[in-house]
Amino acid sequence: MSSTAPSGPALPQSPAGDGPVPVPARPPGRGGGRGAQSDGARARQRRENLVAAGFIAPSLLGFGVFYFWPTLRGLYFSLTDFDFFSAPAFVGLANYQRLLEDPTFWNAMRVTLLYVAINIGVQTVLALAIAVLMHRLTQSTFVRSVVVMPYLVANVVVALVFFWMLDAQIGIVNQALAGVGLDPVAFFGDEAWVIPTIALVNVWRHMGYTALLLFAGLQMIPGHLYEAARTDGASEWRMFWSITLPLLRPVLAVVLVITMIGSFQVFDTVAVTAAGGPADASRVLQYYIFDLAFQRLDYGYASAVSVVLLLILMAVAVVQLRLTRANESDLG
Amino acid sequence: MAVTTEPSRPAADDTPTGTAGGGGADPGGRVRPRRRPRPTAGRVLAWTALVGIMAITLFPFYWMLRTALSDGSVLATQPSSLLPVEPTTGAFERVFGLATTEEAQAQGGSGAAISFWRYLLNSVLVATVITAGQVVFGAMAAYAFARMRWPGRDAVFFLFLTALMVPPIFTQLPNFLLMRDLGLLNTYPAIILPFFFMTPFAIFFLRQFFLGISSEVEEAARLDGSGHVGTFVRIIVPMSWGPITTLALLQYVLAWNEYFWPLLVGSAQDVRVLTVALGIFRSQTPQGTPDWAGLMAATLVAALPVLLLFAVTSRKIVNSIGFSGIK
Repeated sequence: MSSTAPSGPALPQSPAGDGPVPVPARPPGRGGGRGAQSDGARARQRRENLVAAGFIAPSLLGFGVFYFWPTLRGLYFSLTDFDFFSAPAFVGLANYQRLLEDPTFWNAMRVTLLYVAINIGVQTVLALAIAVLMHRLTQSTFVRSVVVMPYLVANVVVALVFFWMLDAQIGIVNQALAGVGLDPVAFFGDEAWVIPTIALVNVWRHMGYTALLLFAGLQMIPGHLYEAARTDGASEWRMFWSITLPLLRPVLAVVLVITMIGSFQVFDTVAVTAAGGPADASRVLQYYIFDLAFQRLDYGYASAVSVVLLLILMAVAVVQLRLTRANESDLG
Repeated sequence: MAVTTEPSRPAADDTPTGTAGGGGADPGGRVRPRRRPRPTAGRVLAWTALVGIMAITLFPFYWMLRTALSDGSVLATQPSSLLPVEPTTGAFERVFGLATTEEAQAQGGSGAAISFWRYLLNSVLVATVITAGQVVFGAMAAYAFARMRWPGRDAVFFLFLTALMVPPIFTQLPNFLLMRDLGLLNTYPAIILPFFFMTPFAIFFLRQFFLGISSEVEEAARLDGSGHVGTFVRIIVPMSWGPITTLALLQYVLAWNEYFWPLLVGSAQDVRVLTVALGIFRSQTPQGTPDWAGLMAATLVAALPVLLLFAVTSRKIVNSIGFSGIK
């Protein structure tokens, strides 16, 4: 839209007066007369309330029906024995007790944690590398468009493309491995490989998008710091560790936790490739919940497992708040 | 997730553009003044790494195309050929049901009828309606949060914030029951409704933008006798056209790519969207030798509309991916 490459404005301003992480809430409205509350003012306020109610009504309806009510219902179902057809029977904490002794559940926890560790670990390092490369080399929109492309394609599509590329017999990756004399790998069929494979496939989809988030954070670092460091003869490597990383830390913390929350909910890729197998090696939490509810019709228990997922994500979110609060001062 | 996408800053000055943050503000991020960089070894290495990453990003897209244009029956004979094997558009014909059963089977297809036109149409319909609802209702709510005073506003806003923390699966199990009890399973409303009225993200995204609009603009409208509705429709929305289209694009992509929910409530043939159809196509492929060419043609069909949309709007989308710390 707007013309690119402005011919050098005098003072490069930081793009955001918005500051870094938490955008300071502006005072709501610069509202009118705080003085005498006349009848006219009261009538106007009443009218304003009515209009506001109209504006908010559709969202409130959606929130109530599709977020709030199902959350309460989900909590209740986790305390029941329910097979979809007969009425739910209240069983107290029985589902949670069962959960403690369910090896498949603990396996799902282990598999999910492994997935998150690999996925987030690799993705964060790569995204940071891409962001820094872009930051130091080019502002090109084209480069940014290319790296974000995979994020626009559905999980299902990405999963299928890699399912094909990683096929044990005629997939191009195994062809390439054979070319350098390695044995073929059954990426989706081998218990040891399946989770790392799915984790890396999703790294491919998300690393560019994550890099753009970090890139936006990098742009908030004042350029004169680099100028000064350069004058002092600092190397790029040194600048990365002494300027970029410390100042990016708050942004990094938030990005890390947001991607982590998404990562815990991995489902699509698993569902269309390994489908939980082989031998439960890819039965991640969300796939287990889906399986319990819709294949085994054990709805009450499925709800209990999803409460656990909810608690994990809330814990992650709390950690996020702590981290960002603690680091707020970094960018001044 | 897209949670950390921020609307462009509203034009504080008179700049009429509502385009996303970058664009004009580009030099803000520039660390050094543009001078011809010396091609040091480090720079060459860095560029090599960046180009390598771009190649890794693009290769699977090429491989989709290469496979889709191959003849499925002979694909296995030259698995490492970088060009299509015996190029043909047969796979696309199979996907759109244009090939006869014999033709399809001759090229390694299953011969089962696949009606991707239908799924494509369903995806367009579902994504369009969802996006329309989210943008219109999201803008209305955002306006009420950003520019109006009413009792309980902050409490309601906080409630909406909490909606971001609840994982979709948690609400989707009970929502499935709700749809079943309403008799809506395998209908468009079931696929659309839970997303239609509100997504917290749309509200936060636009609220952030509306908060930054100078109140003088509004007061001028007020003096002209406009009420809130008039101000919203005639002043705020036109001013915010940039962020609103950005939001619409992002939400369209999300709706287009959704898999879990339509899988739960809309797997029947006549309402099936592309993502669900792909999953089913994959599980229907004959044992032993999946119809890879057909599958890749189908994935291309599913990916292409969004990629084309992106090709037209990439500058806007890319520049709007920023950091606002919306939690």
